[in-house]
Amino acid sequence: MTEYLLLRHRDLPDIDQLPIYRANGGFAAFEKALKTQQPVDVLNTVKASGLRGRGGAGFPTGTKWSFLPNTIWPHYVVANADESEPGTFKDREILERNPFQFLEGLMLACFAVQAQAGYIYLRGEFWPLAQKLNQRIAELEQAGLLGDHILGTDYTLRLYTHLGAGAYICGEETALLESIEGKLGQPRLRPPFPAVSGLFGKPTVINNVETLTNVPLIVDRGADWFKTLGTEDSPGVKIFSLSGRINRPGNYELPFGVTFRTLIDQYGGGILGGKAVKAIMPAGASSTILVADDRTLDTPMDYKSVAAIGGQLGSASVIILDETVNMADLVNQTVHFFKHESCGKCTPCREGTYWMAHITDRLAAGQPSPQDAALLGSVARQMQNKCLCALGEFSTMAVVSALEKFPQDFGIS
Amino acid sequence: MTKQITLTIDNQVITAPEGMLIVDAAKQAGVNIPVFCYHPKMEPVGMCRMCLVDVGRPMVDRATGQTVLDADGRPKIGFGPKLETACTTPVSEGMVVITESEKVKAARKDVLEFLLTSHPLDCPVCDKGGECPLQNLTLAHGPGESRFLYSDKQHLNKRVPLGELIFLDRERCIQCGRCTRFQHDVVDDPVIGFYQRGRALEIVTLSEPGFDSIFSGNTTDICPVGALTTADFRFGARPWEMKPAASICNHCPVGCNLTFNVRREAAANGRTVIKRVLPRQNEQVNEIWICDKGRFVYQYTESPDRLTQPLIRKNGELVPASWNEALDLAAQKLKGSQPLLLAGGRLSNEALFNLRQVTEALGGQSRLYTHMSGGDIAVQAGLTAGSNLGALGKGDAILVVASDLHAEAPLWWLRVKQAAARGAALIVLTARPTRLDKFARFALRYAPGGEGAALTTLLSGEGEAATAFADAQNAIVFYGSDGLDWVGTERVARLSAELLDKTGHLGRPNNGLVPVWPRANDQGAFELGYAPATDLPAALRSAAVVWIAAADPAGDDPALAEALDAAGFVMVQELFLTETARRADIVFPAQAFTEQEGSFTSGERRVQRFYPAVSPLPDTRPDFAITAQVGQRLDLKLADNAVSLVFDQLAQVVPAFNGLTFPALAETAPQWPEIARSDLYYGGTSYDNQQGLGVHLAAPKAPLHLPELSPAVPLPAGLVALPVTRLYDQGALIARTELLRGRLSPAAVWMHPATAEQQGLSEGQSVEVLLSGRKASRTVCLDDTLPQGLLIALR
Amino acid sequence: MNLLLQQSSAEVQQILAHYPAEHRRAAVMPLLFLAQRTTGRVDSQALVDIAEITGISSTDVASIMGFYTLFHAEEDGGGRFRVQVCTDMPCALRGSRQFLAAFCEALGIQPGQTTPDGLITVEEVKCLAACDHAPFLQVQGDGELTDYPDQTVESALALVETLRQKPWARY
Repeated sequence: MTEYLLLRHRDLPDIDQLPIYRANGGFAAFEKALKTQQPVDVLNTVKASGLRGRGGAGFPTGTKWSFLPNTIWPHYVVANADESEPGTFKDREILERNPFQFLEGLMLACFAVQAQAGYIYLRGEFWPLAQKLNQRIAELEQAGLLGDHILGTDYTLRLYTHLGAGAYICGEETALLESIEGKLGQPRLRPPFPAVSGLFGKPTVINNVETLTNVPLIVDRGADWFKTLGTEDSPGVKIFSLSGRINRPGNYELPFGVTFRTLIDQYGGGILGGKAVKAIMPAGASSTILVADDRTLDTPMDYKSVAAIGGQLGSASVIILDETVNMADLVNQTVHFFKHESCGKCTPCREGTYWMAHITDRLAAGQPSPQDAALLGSVARQMQNKCLCALGEFSTMAVVSALEKFPQDFGIS
Repeated sequence: MTKQITLTIDNQVITAPEGMLIVDAAKQAGVNIPVFCYHPKMEPVGMCRMCLVDVGRPMVDRATGQTVLDADGRPKIGFGPKLETACTTPVSEGMVVITESEKVKAARKDVLEFLLTSHPLDCPVCDKGGECPLQNLTLAHGPGESRFLYSDKQHLNKRVPLGELIFLDRERCIQCGRCTRFQHDVVDDPVIGFYQRGRALEIVTLSEPGFDSIFSGNTTDICPVGALTTADFRFGARPWEMKPAASICNHCPVGCNLTFNVRREAAANGRTVIKRVLPRQNEQVNEIWICDKGRFVYQYTESPDRLTQPLIRKNGELVPASWNEALDLAAQKLKGSQPLLLAGGRLSNEALFNLRQVTEALGGQSRLYTHMSGGDIAVQAGLTAGSNLGALGKGDAILVVASDLHAEAPLWWLRVKQAAARGAALIVLTARPTRLDKFARFALRYAPGGEGAALTTLLSGEGEAATAFADAQNAIVFYGSDGLDWVGTERVARLSAELLDKTGHLGRPNNGLVPVWPRANDQGAFELGYAPATDLPAALRSAAVVWIAAADPAGDDPALAEALDAAGFVMVQELFLTETARRADIVFPAQAFTEQEGSFTSGERRVQRFYPAVSPLPDTRPDFAITAQVGQRLDLKLADNAVSLVFDQLAQVVPAFNGLTFPALAETAPQWPEIARSDLYYGGTSYDNQQGLGVHLAAPKAPLHLPELSPAVPLPAGLVALPVTRLYDQGALIARTELLRGRLSPAAVWMHPATAEQQGLSEGQSVEVLLSGRKASRTVCLDDTLPQGLLIALR
Repeated sequence: MNLLLQQSSAEVQQILAHYPAEHRRAAVMPLLFLAQRTTGRVDSQALVDIAEITGISSTDVASIMGFYTLFHAEEDGGGRFRVQVCTDMPCALRGSRQFLAAFCEALGIQPGQTTPDGLITVEEVKCLAACDHAPFLQVQGDGELTDYPDQTVESALALVETLRQKPWARY
């Protein structure tokens, strides 16, 4: 990687200071947009770039922005900094070390959809990051980059941080909106979708932190430039959060299309203690577990290719499992995570995660039983396609794939 | 006209109005899609996932936008990969819904198995057994066994008081949210809510007192399991052991339709007793709701204080006597006496009619015991047939003047609030803020004594509120007696009627004057020709014979007690030995409304029948019969054995009732939504209406004649407290209801803290105030929602 | 008497200014954090105060408090400092469970318990988005939250000592 695009602090450690950020091209895109472009121009550029959401769903960002009707006002942009998927820590690094690029991206998004208020929803545990962000927002206001009549134009924009308080479900778009509104963080029914009826019932865009951090680059250097990176289906670079049984866990900014093998061996430095790699969870706890065979290891890490081998790239929170990991124990942990985080609104997830947790407790405690294993699979499948939101659905994926691919760990021969 | 959508449900082609949900369209077509969290009276939430069905829609070519056709030229139907919740999906043209596929059946079985993992097998001891949607749906759709290990089961608190009226069993709760949604969205009392998340989700209440809502009992009706139960019914009886008795609530002018569930009990010496009170569905009156007063207050009818024998004063003492002795004496005293009749508004039409017949025959005065005027106007300008508060919405207007509906007529508060939500222009005109303000388009205040001027301003047509009222397609005025007595209410009634007349809002359905009477059948009394006494103390003092039925003037007002002492011969028909009864020369033990039958006329001028629920207390007799038996001894032809005979007489004699028959009052019609007993799916323990929806009185034929306005009476000097009503007050009946004892309003005078300071008063201090023209001692209570300078006290 | 308004009026107004005036309810979460900062718990008076400020019922405020793991009700107990150790799956893969066990043993308590001096509560929590710095913990207390990456039993015990020496924060 010659030049960091998102984790720019790795090239410029002081880029978290406004003067340094500005001296290195920061806010040039924002200024250009405000002074020489229309909001729809910025929207179209992002749309043309093919940028896809980096929070896990991979939905085309520009398309999402274009859904906001220009008949209902005001518009809002909400940055999703709830980062709670186990194995994900990329947004933390951006917010800690390259915050202004994220803020600029958010500001450009607001401009593109003509929002005059943007909210940054941070998970409650990011309290120290939120304090710093508040200071930085104040700095931007002082510099005339936020507030009324920004840079002498008639554009007004204010940004606010809003802290969550420890609920993974609030990373789900509509639950996030409920949380900001001061209600229980439970997902809403869709339709209506946030683009039409979102924050406070108004048209709203919700974008992941990393997604927004790409926007200043795209506006600055153009959609065509962006498409030269990554793959056709997944343009651009991605921050891969690598964790688990790896020698060098951490965030790695790489173009889409790099293989799992490259990430593990070249960047991750291989498995701890030289052990054999057993399985990969590319999307954090919400993954279909992939057997770490050659086919998997040589799969390029982009949305399409990973889907083609029966998995999901998701948020690219790549967790490495080696031969020391017992799948029954692992699945017990993911199930307990989802049980703890289930909002309780819908029956299958509320009851199903609770039930699965009891079964996985027994399986993980070394009481391998084919009946329990079969029951676990049955309960997981019973939850599928019934839940109100993705949490319940995703809670079953590691369970089903682990049972299928590593039956021996569950006492099934 | 709403657009009609054509769709297919289980091979049945049906039409449904645009916007209707699949689950309701199916129900109308006779297909019961099982639900738990869905309730037709609330917004759907799609939480329980029980209503999952297969939904197919005509496929549309993305490129051309054209419907894709199959070989037969019919639209090709594409089914989604996932089942959809029928309760959140509106119907669309050409939709195909399948509710009986293997996939759907499996989904229902799965959801039920999930619900039953933590739900205890309490059926043998659970109150809901036998009327439980979970039971019914499990039998219909569920697995016969659970694979959940019993040792994994959660054990939770099974007796959580949410306040003292409602109990929660945490194990049984299936987190459907019906109760919290009802409280938040329907009745605006967000006093219960979910706490924690996931499997740990539980219902809590933080209000003081707990579950502080006058509608709390309704949650036990809509709860689809035995999680929420009422304190009076908990472990009381099994549903199949009880019989339903249709009745009408006797405690406010709304006339909510009730069902008493009764059972014969050995503990009651073989008599039937009331086990619980449930709403009876009447979509034009109370829908499927009742307030907690109507639900719990019946306990007074079972009080050991009930009078059970006629009493006659002999040698200065009231001693038991036989009925014949008492009736003979009454007739003897009445003969040639021109008696003063003072009747209370809780009496039935039939009782009131018979009383008046006797009084008129003797040349006496028939007086209604009430502080509230306007009856003579209300019978001319009231609502007529075809009126239904549930039909009001956008383009209509409702004016509520001098009334705190939430305290005086809760179901009207609810219906008016809902009309406002549908777009009706709600104008609230009161001396103090009430719970209707937040739903009002115009919340207007007047200073004490300024109600007349405020209405006159509306009459002038000036201002937005006046315009909204005048321009409305339909307009109804509710007028009450909040802060007012005789003179004030007369003024308000008259000006309101004038306003309605002037703006063309009389003489057709959904237009007119609705008085918020203090009692259930005050309207009936006025329709029957009663008039209030303009100077009751004087009338009492000068009366040779006073006949008081269902009224306690002596208990309400020491001045009236004094006047009564000065009266001649006093006869009283009562339930208890009240202050008035104590002063009587004859006391007749009357039956409570739960023990008799008859009809009431609601404030909306709807005549509704009520039926006997329990065996009468020996040796009581119904009010109409007591009166008839006295009358018979005066050679009057009055029926004492059947209310229908009285009603027939009544219908002939009273113009407003002409053409009405007793059987007509018992007629029913199918109601929508089907959510009462016979419906197993939307569920709920409220009752379907098998015994009468009631009939509206017709509009009077004569043109509106408004009396002259008496001159305004200035407010007296001194510490004046305005009389107001609270739902749970200090009345003689409610005081004997154990259940509601913890919620009775104190004998207080409420005022703003600044006012108290100004007057040199502190909270808790006892102070003498002027209340309704007489001195009363009250305890100071602070209330910063009151306008400064305004003092209120229970009437 | 709205104690919260009385004691922190300026901060309350600042919080309210972040949301549209007709959506005061949105201020519930930041107000809960504010109410909690002195004692680490939200008491019943605060629930009433927040209800008054935001225009919702105290039951609804409690509902929000109970939904989230970082809000602590009065009856939840706990010390001045909550040492929250992530033992979720990615951290567990890197020894966080063993770390927690050793750490707690050294402190003489079980996970979830509070030290006898009432100062330190050790809790197991779910993923803190720092899986590359396991064992990872955060400390919630005195109205603040601070991160401590790459912990050993020694460093964690040293941290506890520092916390023990900390003077009480003034608000």
